[in-house]
Amino acid sequence: MSLLEERRPAAKPTAMPLVAPQIPAYAPWLAAVLAGGIAALAGLLLGWSLVAVVLVAWALLVVGLPAWSAAIEGERRAKDRLVTTIAWSTFALAMIPLASLAWEVVENGHAIISSEFLTYDMRGVLGAGGGIYHALMGTLIITALATAISVPIGVMAAIYLVEYGKGNRLARTITFLVDVMTGIPSIVAGLFAFALFTMIFGPGVRFGIGGAVALSVLMIPIVVRATEEMLKLVPEELREASYALGVPKWRTIVKVVLPTALGGIVTGVTLAIARVAGETAPLLIIVGTTTTLNLNPFDGRMATLPVFIFSSVTTGGKYDAEQTARAWGAALVLVAIVMTLNLLARAVGKVFAPKTGR
Amino acid sequence: MATSIDISDLNIYYGDFLAVEGVGMTIRARSVTAFIGPSGCGKSTFLRSLNRMHEVIPGARVEGKVVVDGQSLYDPSVDPVAVRRQIGMVFQRPNPFPTMSIYENVLAGNRLNSKRMKKAEADDIVERSLRGANLWTEVKDRLGKPGMGLSGGQQQRLCIARAIAVEPQVLLMDEPCSALDPISTAAIEDLIHELKSDYTIVIVTHNMQQAARVSDDTGFFNLKAAGEPGHLVEFNATSKVFSNPDDPSTEAYISGRFG
Repeated sequence: MSLLEERRPAAKPTAMPLVAPQIPAYAPWLAAVLAGGIAALAGLLLGWSLVAVVLVAWALLVVGLPAWSAAIEGERRAKDRLVTTIAWSTFALAMIPLASLAWEVVENGHAIISSEFLTYDMRGVLGAGGGIYHALMGTLIITALATAISVPIGVMAAIYLVEYGKGNRLARTITFLVDVMTGIPSIVAGLFAFALFTMIFGPGVRFGIGGAVALSVLMIPIVVRATEEMLKLVPEELREASYALGVPKWRTIVKVVLPTALGGIVTGVTLAIARVAGETAPLLIIVGTTTTLNLNPFDGRMATLPVFIFSSVTTGGKYDAEQTARAWGAALVLVAIVMTLNLLARAVGKVFAPKTGR
Repeated sequence: MATSIDISDLNIYYGDFLAVEGVGMTIRARSVTAFIGPSGCGKSTFLRSLNRMHEVIPGARVEGKVVVDGQSLYDPSVDPVAVRRQIGMVFQRPNPFPTMSIYENVLAGNRLNSKRMKKAEADDIVERSLRGANLWTEVKDRLGKPGMGLSGGQQQRLCIARAIAVEPQVLLMDEPCSALDPISTAAIEDLIHELKSDYTIVIVTHNMQQAARVSDDTGFFNLKAAGEPGHLVEFNATSKVFSNPDDPSTEAYISGRFG
């Protein structure tokens, strides 16, 4: 087949050659299957491990497909095949930890999930039984409070930066500080909240609102950044259209700019929530943990899912197996919460996205 | 309800850069005034200074006098928001609000100013404005659909409907037809003719035929040289500008012998 195609331009010489020989459309798949087959065969014969087989198959594909392409299609197409193959491989590489993590969590966590696990706390439980209700509620309450603190502050700061500051000295300083805040290690945020509330309420203070403050220190910069980028995307023409109708600036921001950017802002906020929902270190310092349900974030220690996981696997001792099982169950619930939030963000973003009517 | 505008010795700046220098003219009520001239000569800048949209750009400022209905627009006691409610504006590119339906777009000026009104009254304003903008028959069955779903020409007429829904005294149009095809352009020119009986209309255009067709008075802006501020070369009745202009450079520009 390739011989025929190579001959074609010679048989029909034209002044403007537009037809070039091509390897078939299924060539990449064929090459991948062949490379996999050869590597698997060699692996069986020589007794290689699975990882070695995959690596050899990949190497064969990266060399083989461009070589095949170079022989028939020429150098330019061969380079394209090489880069395409590498891009697909890096994508697959990036998916491996994600897929394996999701698999691991579901595999280890699904067995323990039951109505008891989700509705009981750990009061007086040593061996089997008990649940994560207290930690689940703690995580929901503390994250909700952190969101309630960070979203107004973050969104309004971004509005100042984009709508009022517009590159003046104060706005530039705030932008710089927000960038610095993005890099604050979470443990430092926890220490900050701890120091702050120790200063106000005396030593040894532990309560949920402190955790919410620590989380909002981590969350505000993310919300500011996401909102800022979204507000910058709103065309200046829309603001001018609104001004030209005699609408004051603040009303233009509330009724025109924010609704136009709302989809993106909601997505940014949800991603920020997902990011802090799994924080452990700051909550360990300022919220502590407990085995009983505490729904009052202003009084006493609260359990949260990440800290519950941490303390379950670090306690050790006689009931290690049960504790590890509960930790995996809690991890599955935490991942499920974060994933639900992400899906919710996409749905909300779609609902609020400007309608084109097409 | 329409009113005239008196401009004297107007200098317009972007920061330290003098963009337009020493403009003076009288824009008559219930007439169409067109501004023509090469790109970058300050026509749009001058137009935007007539309803204080110029100062929306950071660092932009104006010296001189713009008197509307006996009040100087740039007097410190004048509220720019109140000015823009009386002097509406239509932009070069159609810019309907993307989050709003056709119905809401027309009412945007009223709603955003939190004017309370009954449903019947709102319906009435929408129909009147859309009829005024020659768009009613095309959209009356899909008022709830997004404004962004209309064609470019329809979007521009929607923007005009939105501008006249707040019943301004003056309507400023910044190259309203430059992004439109000839049929939509003709629709908008017809509309300008009709609106003339109620509004004072000022239009910036690059299309000399359009200026000749729609306007009563014409102002020709030009640059003395590259980097120099723009200035008003000639301001006269359109018939005179296009047949027997006072200034030779006007004639050169109109007849295409520019430069």
